[in-house]
Amino acid sequence: MTTKTSTQRRGALGSSALRPDGIPKVQGRFAFSSDAWADSMLWGATLRSPHPHARIVSIDVSGALAINGVSAVITAKDVPGQLTYGLIASDQPVFASEMVRYAGEPVAAVAADHPETARRALDAIRVDYEVLPPLVDAEDAISGSFPAIHPDGNVIRRQRIIRGDQSFVGDVVVEGYYDVGMQDQAFLGLEAALALPDDAGGGVELFVATQWLHEDQKQIAACLDLPIEKVRLTLGGVGGAFGGREDISLQVHCCLLALTTGRPIKMQYGREESFFGHIHRHPARIFMRHHADWDGTLRRVEARVVLDGGAYASTSSAVLINAVTHMQGPYKCEMATVDGYAVRSNNPPCGAMRGFGVVQACFAHESQMDKLAAACGLDPVDIRLKNAMRTGDRLITGQVMDSVAPVERCIRETAAIPLPEPLPADPDPLLIPGGAGLTARRGNITRGIGWGVSIKNLMYSEGFDDYATARCRLANGVATLQFATAEVGQGFVVLAQQIARTVLGVDTVLLEPISTAIGSAGSTSASRQTWMSGGAVDGACRLVRERLFEHVAATHHVDPLRLVIDGTDVVDSMGTLRVTVTEASKDLTFDETFEHHHRATEELDENGQGNCHVAFAFVAHRAVVDVDTELGLVKVVQVATAQDVGRVLNPLAALGQVEGGIAQGLGLAVMEEIVLENGRMRNPSFTDYLLPTALDAPEVVVSMIEEPEPQAPLGAKGIGEPPCISVTPAIVAAIRQATGKELPRVPVRPHDIVFG
Amino acid sequence: MTVVNATSLQQALEALHDHPGARLVQGGTDLMVEVNFNRTTLHDVVALRRVNELKRWHIAEDSQTIRLGAGIPYAEMERSPLCHHLPALAQAARTVGSPQIRAAGSLGGNLGTCSPAGDGLPVLSALDATVHLQSLDASRDLSIHEFMLGVKKNARQPNEVIVAVTLPVLNGFQGYAKVGTRNAMVISAASVCVVHDALGGTIRVALGAVAPTVVRTREAEAWLASQTNLAAPLTVTPELAREFGRRAAAECSPIDDHRSTASYRRHAIAVLVERLLLRANDHGKSPR
Repeated sequence: MTTKTSTQRRGALGSSALRPDGIPKVQGRFAFSSDAWADSMLWGATLRSPHPHARIVSIDVSGALAINGVSAVITAKDVPGQLTYGLIASDQPVFASEMVRYAGEPVAAVAADHPETARRALDAIRVDYEVLPPLVDAEDAISGSFPAIHPDGNVIRRQRIIRGDQSFVGDVVVEGYYDVGMQDQAFLGLEAALALPDDAGGGVELFVATQWLHEDQKQIAACLDLPIEKVRLTLGGVGGAFGGREDISLQVHCCLLALTTGRPIKMQYGREESFFGHIHRHPARIFMRHHADWDGTLRRVEARVVLDGGAYASTSSAVLINAVTHMQGPYKCEMATVDGYAVRSNNPPCGAMRGFGVVQACFAHESQMDKLAAACGLDPVDIRLKNAMRTGDRLITGQVMDSVAPVERCIRETAAIPLPEPLPADPDPLLIPGGAGLTARRGNITRGIGWGVSIKNLMYSEGFDDYATARCRLANGVATLQFATAEVGQGFVVLAQQIARTVLGVDTVLLEPISTAIGSAGSTSASRQTWMSGGAVDGACRLVRERLFEHVAATHHVDPLRLVIDGTDVVDSMGTLRVTVTEASKDLTFDETFEHHHRATEELDENGQGNCHVAFAFVAHRAVVDVDTELGLVKVVQVATAQDVGRVLNPLAALGQVEGGIAQGLGLAVMEEIVLENGRMRNPSFTDYLLPTALDAPEVVVSMIEEPEPQAPLGAKGIGEPPCISVTPAIVAAIRQATGKELPRVPVRPHDIVFG
Repeated sequence: MTVVNATSLQQALEALHDHPGARLVQGGTDLMVEVNFNRTTLHDVVALRRVNELKRWHIAEDSQTIRLGAGIPYAEMERSPLCHHLPALAQAARTVGSPQIRAAGSLGGNLGTCSPAGDGLPVLSALDATVHLQSLDASRDLSIHEFMLGVKKNARQPNEVIVAVTLPVLNGFQGYAKVGTRNAMVISAASVCVVHDALGGTIRVALGAVAPTVVRTREAEAWLASQTNLAAPLTVTPELAREFGRRAAAECSPIDDHRSTASYRRHAIAVLVERLLLRANDHGKSPR
């Protein structure tokens, strides 16, 4: 990796300031939401449908209620408010009442004095189901050959993009079908919450691991039929999210049990239940056709994109928009014909996951770019450089690319990273394909190199104002920050402290609990919190600094405009005055709140035209893999990457995002998949849902491309999603080079390599 | 529910006698998963973890055999000195789960659970292990081939403890290889153990995860013995190794499941048997 020695003040922006939650996490002292505890609390548990599609004939809870220690059993008829919830469309029942639409759908919940009592209570609930054939093929949803499985119909959204000459045929035409399997977020900290009923019973307080407190609050209050201020949320310690905590899981159940029993309720999922309790990455089938001139200049893309959204809408419509609007990749392309569907099925619901639709698009367009390179007799690097998008280019939506767009530089800097050493004659067997299985020797292994480059939108799109709020107080040289930004592991807590130290010249920055006691911060999603909540914290700190300068100016009879922060002092830039921030704020409190809004965006029209995205970030990946071609086993040796980050605010945190994203993209490339059989999950465990281990993780060599983004409050782009997007096609391209196989599907399984 | 935390074999056997049908637990790496997933309800439990007799091993006076207590954790099999006496077992042990699992899991557990994917079982099969079983008033020895009966089915009686296995100390190559979709910490999609008994003039092959229980490829072994002299040193040609792999793979009966496909498993067996036979052929020879 490359790191820069910081000349910054300790703990300020640009330094690898230590996270306030870092040492407690390493020492096991950090309280995750599953550690929450209250005196006299009861344990909640959820009964789930074993069938992917069935009619509920009857539910008999009397057996459960008869068990000693069971305090409540609730079903759909106990939901006081709205019976459904959802991030975009409110189409998902709190509890299934008439129909179950996926295997694992909640049907009832219990509260009991012990988890084991709760489990027995679930066993004692009798549900009669009339089992129906499940809709599991997305094409059946599109064709209308299957009856509607939901009142909202089987197509969640269709969106076309029509731009330019619709009959254009290039000198060179390449095409293919590409499939992406269902990936899971697989966050390590499982779903957990503690709900405390108000003394009066008219409200509830919820400690929960989530990505967006205020959105949860809104949906919970609607289902509980409570005024929004009667539902107060505080963030429990979150152990990863990756999109899997955007949707409601146990929140409403937990609150409703607390209100029903008048007792604190703790709910937590185990690993298996977690697979059923949250949404997944959309499986996709994409057809793409690229048209280019003889010299490889990309002219037109055609695509048909089908995303299987599973039983409920979740964020499917937004995921679809991301997929279809990113089909051109980070390349200039004037003509497009894209048809996209997000459909409903009786498979598990799918929604947000790191990369949000662009992962699927990128696997297709990058596979296509390699085909195009081969057809034009070009190198994979040359064809990408030739077509690299620049600031000022127009996207297939008609939107002008006005973000910093260093695509060419990402590619060139990645290419400049040295390749790894060739495999030695007698390599460490643990470090070659097969690893600990000792399946291969040097002679069984072929090396391959592959490329992937991506474009990813930042923030929410299509007219959504996902603003962020922050409050800053300065007193006696100590800054206190308050925000509702969900810290899910990404490190916003340290970034906020760095911003305050830099803007205000303080060393000590305290953080208030992350809760709905302040305005919304928007979701910790879409690579947006550094930009949005970072902008809000920066704005609040700057307002406080203005107040501080006004006070110092008045006290010392100087023009406040001459004052600056130098280290931990307020300094007159044109005079001799120098006073410490601590002294200047002695016995005073400056208290300011700031909302940061990004610029407005538009909805797409029926032809997919419109300025629907806020901003974009880019990244290039080059993967080197060793493949045991005879057994189809892969070891990713090295991933080189140059990422367009705008500005590095915390080098260690940035590196963590890049390395983690690459591991997650590697997972999708070669092992991570929820295997479904007729709507049922076959591998809801970490025994069989395989995540990369240390022996699977590659060497990662990073070049951070720092071209500050003028639109971004701190010059920094979001960096969370890009690392996991184009690394997947890069790895697959490298396997293709090593094996000569077409490999149109991820994850690439050993039998795909052997028999593909 | 009674839990007896035995500190001696005698105490464990008495407890098992007093509580017929009690579940035995050694490292708990299988049993506790079953419990946590609510697939089994425990009544009586006899814990063997503190029974030191089950954690010992020794080489017989005639140096012909080695006896391993059933409670020895995999972590110990991976390391010296055991790894020198039983190299294939060491390699198999290294493929078991994570370091935490290997610190707890044991051959006794592998035998007790008797999954076809049990990583140690192909080694025991290829080495023609003897399994020692003991009850309060009797003990008996069973060949590993008589002990393993089917998917998670074995010949242990409810009142018996698996106390040890005895394996031959051999002079030739012993190798193990396992295929999974991850480079470590993965359940076997297919595994192979190949043992060369240089003095006895045999090559013995056992296959894991490709049939209801571990498969000994006796027909392929007999075929190979008819083709070439298996007394040291081996002179196996690549063509012969390939055909041997093909024949060994014909003796398994794999299934399609969420971990792999039957056709891939059969293919992997052929490749691994071929490769391990070539490794046996190279064993002890200076590299060309």
